[in-house]
Amino acid sequence: MSHFKLSFRMLCRDWRAGELNVLVLALIIAVSGMTTVGFFAERVELALTRESNQLLGADLLVISSRPLPEIYAEEAGRLGLAISSLTKFPSMISDGENNLLTEIKAVTEGYPLRGRIHLASRSSMLRTKQPEITTANTIPQPGTIWVDEKVMARLDLKANDMVDVGAAQLTVTELVVREPDHSVGFINMGARAMINASDLSETDLIQEGSRVSYQLLVAGEVKMVQQFRDWLKPQLTKAQRVEGIRDARPEIKAALERAEKFLSLAALASVVLAAAAIALAVRRFTQRHLDGCAVMRSLGASQRQLFYLYGHYFITLGVIASTIACLIGFAAQQILASWLIGIVDTALPWPSWLPALQGLLVGLVLLVGFALPPVLNLRSVPALRVLRRDIGLSNAHSLAGYLLGLVTLSLLFIWKAQDIKLGLYIVTGFVSAIVIFGCLGWLLIKVLSGLRHQAGGAWRYGLASIHRRAISSILQAVALGLGLMSLLVLTLIQNDLIDDWHASLPPDAPNHFLVNIQADEVQSLQEFFQQYEIEPPPMYPMVKGRLIKINGKNISPKNYGDDPHAERHIRREFNLTWASELSSDNQIVQGAWWNADTHEAELSIEEGIAKTIRVKLGDELTYDIAGSHFTAKITSVRKVDWDTFRANFFVVVPPGQLDNYPASFVTSFYVPPAEIAMVHELVRTFPSILVVDVAVVINQVQQMIQQVSQAVEFVFLFTLLAGFAVLYAAIAATQDERIYEAAIFRALGARREQLSRAWAAEFAILGGLAGLFASAGASALAYVISKHVLHFDYTFNPWIWVVGTLAGVIGVLVAGLLGTRSVLSSPPLLTLRKIG
Amino acid sequence: MLDNRVDQPILWTHALTKQVNTGDTQLTILQDIDLQVNAGEAVAIIGASGSGKSTLLGLLAGLDLPTAGKVHLDAVDIFTLDEDSRAALRGKVLGFVFQSFQLLPALTALENVMLPLELSQQNKDAGTIARRLLERVGLAKRLDHYPKQLSGGEQQRVAIARAFATDPKLLLADEPTGNLDSATGIQIIDLMFELNREHGTTLVLVTHDEALSQRCSRQIRLADGKLVQ
Repeated sequence: MSHFKLSFRMLCRDWRAGELNVLVLALIIAVSGMTTVGFFAERVELALTRESNQLLGADLLVISSRPLPEIYAEEAGRLGLAISSLTKFPSMISDGENNLLTEIKAVTEGYPLRGRIHLASRSSMLRTKQPEITTANTIPQPGTIWVDEKVMARLDLKANDMVDVGAAQLTVTELVVREPDHSVGFINMGARAMINASDLSETDLIQEGSRVSYQLLVAGEVKMVQQFRDWLKPQLTKAQRVEGIRDARPEIKAALERAEKFLSLAALASVVLAAAAIALAVRRFTQRHLDGCAVMRSLGASQRQLFYLYGHYFITLGVIASTIACLIGFAAQQILASWLIGIVDTALPWPSWLPALQGLLVGLVLLVGFALPPVLNLRSVPALRVLRRDIGLSNAHSLAGYLLGLVTLSLLFIWKAQDIKLGLYIVTGFVSAIVIFGCLGWLLIKVLSGLRHQAGGAWRYGLASIHRRAISSILQAVALGLGLMSLLVLTLIQNDLIDDWHASLPPDAPNHFLVNIQADEVQSLQEFFQQYEIEPPPMYPMVKGRLIKINGKNISPKNYGDDPHAERHIRREFNLTWASELSSDNQIVQGAWWNADTHEAELSIEEGIAKTIRVKLGDELTYDIAGSHFTAKITSVRKVDWDTFRANFFVVVPPGQLDNYPASFVTSFYVPPAEIAMVHELVRTFPSILVVDVAVVINQVQQMIQQVSQAVEFVFLFTLLAGFAVLYAAIAATQDERIYEAAIFRALGARREQLSRAWAAEFAILGGLAGLFASAGASALAYVISKHVLHFDYTFNPWIWVVGTLAGVIGVLVAGLLGTRSVLSSPPLLTLRKIG
Repeated sequence: MLDNRVDQPILWTHALTKQVNTGDTQLTILQDIDLQVNAGEAVAIIGASGSGKSTLLGLLAGLDLPTAGKVHLDAVDIFTLDEDSRAALRGKVLGFVFQSFQLLPALTALENVMLPLELSQQNKDAGTIARRLLERVGLAKRLDHYPKQLSGGEQQRVAIARAFATDPKLLLADEPTGNLDSATGIQIIDLMFELNREHGTTLVLVTHDEALSQRCSRQIRLADGKLVQ
């Protein structure tokens, strides 16, 4: 009979006899947990990207100041992508008496490709406080115009009024409450209106030299969009650029990237848990197969025969179990996905098969890495064991076997993390944890067992048991410790991550900006706020200046011809401000902030813009401010947290330096939606101040952060399930020994309660050790990952030690006692007869 | 078949010695054992507990290594072979019956008996041979039972059937009745001797039971690791 056939029959026999339950269960829970995370994370990522694309109105935008060549749209169409276009330009809208500078958006059919245009229902166009909101199924019909609340309020319009847009006369039909737009930002938020692109020529507004932004919107399958982007890149001229959501919105980009990294961390944690569970389960397997191998050796089986036999056996087992696990994983994520539909607006896109393939591969690699080496050592079982049962395998064999497992696991990590840095951090973290935990465990077991003579009955027996099974106990404590450590690290990071997101956008984050406040209005504006019992927000001065010299050398946009982004910055005016104190969302990365009473001409620059315009610490910048020159030296470089939606500036100078230049002020504040009337009043009282409402954007970003947080929490649940697999395997690993012990103890007259107390003591010690290891490891690893991978400040949490140790003690104690309940209730004679 | 084998030594040992280190001192378990077992013989090795019987059996089967001395099994000096070659030789020449039966718990009675045939990779119909043997030992209706579903006597019958599955030249039995009550023990011994005769197998039986040893054609007595003739 061939080895393969024989090994397959052995596998079937073992399966039938229930010998593989623990191992297969550990493998299935671990691989299915991981595949679920893989599938789910992929779908969530796709959905979140698509959801965030709603802010953009498309998956991708091609933007240009000149009309875009037809070939772009043709190529997108050829790739099966949905396309639409819009033309955006500033223009006056007039109701015959008043004019208002408005941003006009001329759109074509299909706009927006992602997200919806939200309209106030006709009945609520009379500006009630809480308008009823509907979504638009179409775009403005030719001859009509949709306007936002600012146009409505300033021109005092109502439905069906006529307005002039250039040469065209259009009927106001809808009030736009919310619309997707990538440029919803600080300054671009004046009044807005939307018209049908077919009316564009009639307006006669687009002339040579007009400030127009032509945009092509593209949406479709991720792969196709990427293909289009790749095709487009080399074709782009300097006047054209491509934007995806990640290019357009840094705060969403940061949230998404962190969420992705966290999800891949969660998947990695399940790999660790799987490895630990398999390592534990396989120990029981080898113990149970020692006799069988010895008998086969005595019956004439060669080492080679046993090697092939078990090699085939485990590979077949791995393929079958991993396939089942992948199917379970797919089904589980499907259930999760249906659950998620409630929190994500968009339909969840289908995942690829990659997570299943990864799951299959990981299951096999884990089994081969962690199970095969100790099992293959079975071939060296001394045949003499058939005569003398006390002869077994040396532990050195099985310990060496785990080395292969560690190496394969490390490679898996680096592959799964898809981030060498993250992979290496985790591998180094876990390998050092295993070594340190192992040594510490050995030491602690030595010390503790020395104390056992002073301990009471149950504790003495518990300590004796741990000492007698020293290697097995260390292995259990290390595996449980690693499992718990993964869970703790995830908990710590998850909490910090979510807190960090929420902290960056608290519920009272400013939702209105006031721009163009004149110096003589500051006082009355503050009084206005006081009237409404709102704490007057800080007013930031702002002086506009164009950068004309760096280190005395004239510069012009031409110097940056190779970088359209930099070119735009040089062409535009910078907003300069002054401040005596560094604001809380700024951090100095180079140089030093000035003394409050400095009279030196110095300035502090944001690090991103410094890089773009290629200046560094010590450089001297000259600005043209209303015809006069202002020169100052860069004495510090700042990192700015742009996620906070507060007013921030690229360039800051010490107070007093810009006193001789014309300044206006900006500020931001929070108004609860119910008190929006105050903003209308403000607009009326201070007609020259531009009010920018960012409430919609803030809401959208907050909602997205909420969804990302929930996704992260769901995924964490699965990792927790994998944690239970480890616990189960750990308890099952010593089950046979316990059955034997129980039989002897009970035959000698021990009561069930005595035995169960002794085991409780043993489980508590084991759990305590694992918990301590896990707390120490988790604190260190979470610090490293937060700081170096996810880039946020880690707050040390002393409670982790209490929680970790308690979780270890309680988890192992409860699982252990539950797992050994049946052992205690089986009659000892049965066991003793079985042992013979 | 029986006559062909008579008086040819299938097993002989020379100066077989086994010592173990117990801390500072060396403990001699077997010392200078010289014995010869001819084909077709039934030899009992008897001695009190701790006399070295099981150690001797382990060395005769090549399951353990001696400190000194030789064992020739079927004309092969087994300790010149490596472990795998010894295993192959065992598979070809030896059958075992153990005190604690040593059946594989995951395999049914039939599968346990098939196992040595499967391991030997001979192109024999393992299932048919195993079934026939189990019928012969009176377990025709127990083919698909697992060891734990069988009584001690039945388990030992399976073990005996397994021992004869490869038609070995030499059967080594280690206290085969040690775990059985006396009535069952007698039945098992009867069965073993019957099969031994039918297959023309040489038998080496290790026991502390004088009465049982008397059923063999020759008795070798061990005391304190030495042969007492």
